[in-house]
Amino acid sequence: MALTLADVKRVAELARLAIDDAEARAVLSQINDVFKLIGEMQAVDTRGIEPMSHALDVVQRLREDSVTESDQHALFQEGAPQIENGLYLVPKVIE
Amino acid sequence: MHNATIKSLAAALAARTFSSVELTRHFINRINGLNEKYRCFITLDPEASLKQAEAADRMLADGRGQPLTGIPIAQKDIFCAKGWLTTCGSKMLSNFTAPYDAHVVQKLNEAGAVNLGKTNMDEFAMGSSSETSHYGPVRNPWDVDKVPGGSSGGSAAAVAARLAPGATGTDTGGSIRQPAALSGICGLKPTYGVVSRYGMIAFASSLDQGGPLARSAEDLALLMNVMAGFDLRDSTSLDRPREDYTRELGKPVKGLKIGLPEEFFAKGAAPDVVRAVEAAVAEFRKLGAETVELSLPNMKLSVPVYYVLAPAEASSNLARYDGVRYGYRAPEYTDLMDLYRKTRSQGFGAEVKRRVLIGTYVLSHGYYDAYYLQAQKVRGLIARDFAEAFKRCDVIMGPTSPTTAFRIGEKMGDPVQMYLNDIYTIPANLAGLPGLSIPCGFDAKGLPVGLQMVGNYFAEARMLGIAHRFQQATDWHTRAPPGIQ
Repeated sequence: MALTLADVKRVAELARLAIDDAEARAVLSQINDVFKLIGEMQAVDTRGIEPMSHALDVVQRLREDSVTESDQHALFQEGAPQIENGLYLVPKVIE
Repeated sequence: MHNATIKSLAAALAARTFSSVELTRHFINRINGLNEKYRCFITLDPEASLKQAEAADRMLADGRGQPLTGIPIAQKDIFCAKGWLTTCGSKMLSNFTAPYDAHVVQKLNEAGAVNLGKTNMDEFAMGSSSETSHYGPVRNPWDVDKVPGGSSGGSAAAVAARLAPGATGTDTGGSIRQPAALSGICGLKPTYGVVSRYGMIAFASSLDQGGPLARSAEDLALLMNVMAGFDLRDSTSLDRPREDYTRELGKPVKGLKIGLPEEFFAKGAAPDVVRAVEAAVAEFRKLGAETVELSLPNMKLSVPVYYVLAPAEASSNLARYDGVRYGYRAPEYTDLMDLYRKTRSQGFGAEVKRRVLIGTYVLSHGYYDAYYLQAQKVRGLIARDFAEAFKRCDVIMGPTSPTTAFRIGEKMGDPVQMYLNDIYTIPANLAGLPGLSIPCGFDAKGLPVGLQMVGNYFAEARMLGIAHRFQQATDWHTRAPPGIQ
């Protein structure tokens, strides 16, 4: 099943990527080549096969609910594009 | 100095033949002379490196030296190192100074190793040629018109060009083993969960695994002794007793059962590659090993499965790059949505965007079962093939890559051709098994060929022992690229 230009634009919107028509067209043919490859896997009969999400069968560890990190927000915010009073600034979202 | 292995450099440091400062300075001088040619390193900080070297010299003088104390190690730019620019090969992180150390970096620091610099790589480790880097393609020391493999191409080329005695890498679909093969050095991808992913910038979390690159199996073992180990901060790190990865070095391979999957020797592999790998297998037979023919029938599905799972996980992992908390932000935007879109479109390169689009599509409403769930089931089939194979053999051998190094630019326009480079390496990632690549010969053009070994879970020490035995009997791993003395 091949993707359409509309699919590429919809997915780009979901992925928060700006993409113009020319770029979408170029990427469409490459992505469809990849999906042709992926198609080989879709034909396989996997009835009764458990999906494998991880290499090893391990369960998530639990730990004591205690503080393990110190406050380093000033250090971590040194690389932020825009901050004020310890808060990250973005364009206004509520009128 | 630069032709010596880590093992012999460590002995010279311990004997005070030279100091870590002298050794580090020697490598920095080599890098200054050759990095423009090979583009192995994105970031150097000689002052920071030499400060670590001075501290290492004090450790050695005080009798606190460990096997890696004073040894300069190149760090793939995917590992966060406190105070170092950490770009992951991307414009998105072109201004990101890591505020903390990755577990691997921390362990190497504690052992007294010296961070020699951050190595070039495919953007966010997405690539097999180190060409998708925002910082320009890495060049193969064996032929500068060829790629060094990827994504850990900067690390591999640095070790091959004798700009570093060892380096770190990460392997999601072959990114340690394939560049090791194409650059004529050794690389190990451990069992998933053996090396902590803490501070290692995430690509596909269920597949990513850090590991070492060096010029001998013995050196890989020394690096593994420091890099491996349990870490609470990685939820998939395995809580196992500490291992000595050097413990099998020197053991014979007599009676070893080597599995040879027919799929590894099928028509896809270049004749020169098959010839070199078969000669290596013959050498093992001479050393007393036996060979078993077997089949991994679902192996051919590895690349399709990988290109569902890895992009899906990547699209989720890379959602964090939004221009708000750190990294690149587009200079102009109208509202928040526009800020996200412009930041991500300008900050990511073409290959990263392509994979984010594929991943977003396969996870989008209505497609999950057909793609992601189906891929996870086929992944289970591939793992089952290996489990069956290991009932009949101790270790699997074959080529690491179907071809030797290819021309820079040759495959950039055709993603599928690029992706098929990893056909022999991806299966071990999907199953979570350890994989290793060592040099085993050359093609007609003088480009190195890699022998791949895949072992059962936690067989790293045994695999390193097997590789070491081969390296005692042959000298492929000691060959240097032309012009490098």
